[in-house]
Amino acid sequence: MSDTPEVRPPTVTPVRVVIALCLIAPFVAMLWVGSYAKTDPAFIGIPFFYWYQMAWVLISTALTMTAYQLWRRDQRGRSSQKGGASK
Amino acid sequence: MNDGVNGVALGVFIFFFLAVTILGFLAARWRRADDEHSLDEWGLGGRSFGTWITWFLLGGDLYTAYTFVAVPAAIYAAGASGFFAVPYTILVYPLIFTFLPRLWSVSHKHGYVTTSDFVRGRFGSKGLSLAVAVTGILATMPYIALQLVGIQAVLDVMGVGGGEDTNWFVKDLPLLIAFGVLAAYTYSSGLRAPALIAFVKDTLIYIVIAVAIIYIPIKLGGFDDIFAKAGEAFSQTNPATGKPRGALAPAEAGQWTYATLALGSALALFMYPHSITATLSSRSREVIRRNTTILPLYSLMLGLLALLGFMAIAAGIKVSNGQLAIPQLFEDMFPDWFAGVAFAAIGIGALVPAAIMSIAAANLFTRNIYKDFIKPDATPKEETRVSKLVSLLVKVGALAFVLTMDKTVAINFQLLGGIWILQTFPALVGGLFTRWFHRWALLAGWAVGMVYGTLAAYGVASPTQKHFGGSAKEIPGIGEIGYIGLTAFVMNVVVTVVLTFVLKALKAPEGIDETSPADYTADAGDPGVQVELPPATAGSAH
Repeated sequence: MSDTPEVRPPTVTPVRVVIALCLIAPFVAMLWVGSYAKTDPAFIGIPFFYWYQMAWVLISTALTMTAYQLWRRDQRGRSSQKGGASK
Repeated sequence: MNDGVNGVALGVFIFFFLAVTILGFLAARWRRADDEHSLDEWGLGGRSFGTWITWFLLGGDLYTAYTFVAVPAAIYAAGASGFFAVPYTILVYPLIFTFLPRLWSVSHKHGYVTTSDFVRGRFGSKGLSLAVAVTGILATMPYIALQLVGIQAVLDVMGVGGGEDTNWFVKDLPLLIAFGVLAAYTYSSGLRAPALIAFVKDTLIYIVIAVAIIYIPIKLGGFDDIFAKAGEAFSQTNPATGKPRGALAPAEAGQWTYATLALGSALALFMYPHSITATLSSRSREVIRRNTTILPLYSLMLGLLALLGFMAIAAGIKVSNGQLAIPQLFEDMFPDWFAGVAFAAIGIGALVPAAIMSIAAANLFTRNIYKDFIKPDATPKEETRVSKLVSLLVKVGALAFVLTMDKTVAINFQLLGGIWILQTFPALVGGLFTRWFHRWALLAGWAVGMVYGTLAAYGVASPTQKHFGGSAKEIPGIGEIGYIGLTAFVMNVVVTVVLTFVLKALKAPEGIDETSPADYTADAGDPGVQVELPPATAGSAH
């Protein structure tokens, strides 16, 4: 980003905000019980309350995986930048 | 209840049990290092486990036999409110994604074996470290006892638990044998035994769940029928409370309880010593982060398992003790041989966590009580010897607990244990991110949380119990019913923050921090981080 190698990358970057959102989203969804405390619509006979939460197992897994991939890219970017600065 | 012994199921059960016993003893030779007499070797499997072994180990560790019995039992008893285990395990993974890699790094850099090791190193306080260690041991003991309750449930349904009128020795003999075997191979193989057995356990569990979730609904006429019958059963008035037995979706009043239970339990899970033991045994920081993305597979399984509680209702299972509902469902629904496989899955499912828990409790005792307070110059060899002996003692204690006291006592203590262990969160996770908290403030916060949590839980009455009748109570100041552990945790944090300001103003001594910021992000392969650590020697590994 910056031309001057001694400038450290900022602590808060758009990528890191996305990572944080990925990790926070399950908390908002699961702790807001009122949003899913109902039985309809049912899915193959399973009331909404149950299949919705089980669907969130998959959604949160996808989100954590995304966070993991973004974080790895972020770390790689930073270490290569650091390597550039120290030469 | 079954009248006679189910011979086929018992035969299959014994077959699997023998197989894992052999595996348990062979485990001592698996991936063995040169120096087998260090605590790193015995208690952390040489800290060498990769992604998949860690996955099986953590899965085997966190999703215990008791979970398999208790979660559907809670659904069977009250419906929706028992399903909180699913959001709870959903929340665990984003949470540990943030702090567990830091704990791995700092532990690897300084040779920490337990969370108390870290707390002592970070805050320079043996008192705080002792508080964390004692809390860990207290919370783990009843958990081990509950694993035995899980095995007992299976033995009862197979007809070898004996009736009320059989002599106590005959009645408890199968349990004694199971535990003797477990104790022997844990003693000889350390953490490698449960790591290897976890493969068998999880494979069996996945097979059983997959079959159960397809086969039983077909036999019962599909999910529509199952939930229609369950809804009907829940709307019946319970004569003890005068209210309906349960509901298919939580009512307005129960939603706070549901959310606080999920959040509080998620915060508490990785404070348990056995979770940390399994985490620290992994090879690298990456292994842990990668695991947070694949461990949710177990949550999916847990959700499906919970649905078995509804199937038990729809199948007309009537048991006085809810713990027997699922084993009884398997017995009624499956052919005998497959019921045996299912029972073996639950039985082995008890052995893996029981082994890891006893190792974790033993490590805590050895490192943070024996070495810090009794014999500071203990050699690594002595440490390992003490740890092995304590792991035996812990198991004998748990066995005595289950055999001499009522089952509800173990369950009550387990409930308390969850509340207690959550009170170590500020010191541990707070400490991983900041050194701002004052060590004495953390200790005071912990004490407040422990006292409030215990008293509040003591005061909860249920139709069947005068005390410890549940884990939820009115939250002071909010008026909703919430998880006691979480309320105590909030009080803990408030006290810690306020006292930290006060103590800093008074310039109270802060203690020496032996860690540096870079330690928290170090990974295997970084300069100064050895892949194989030298034998654990407390406090001196720099």
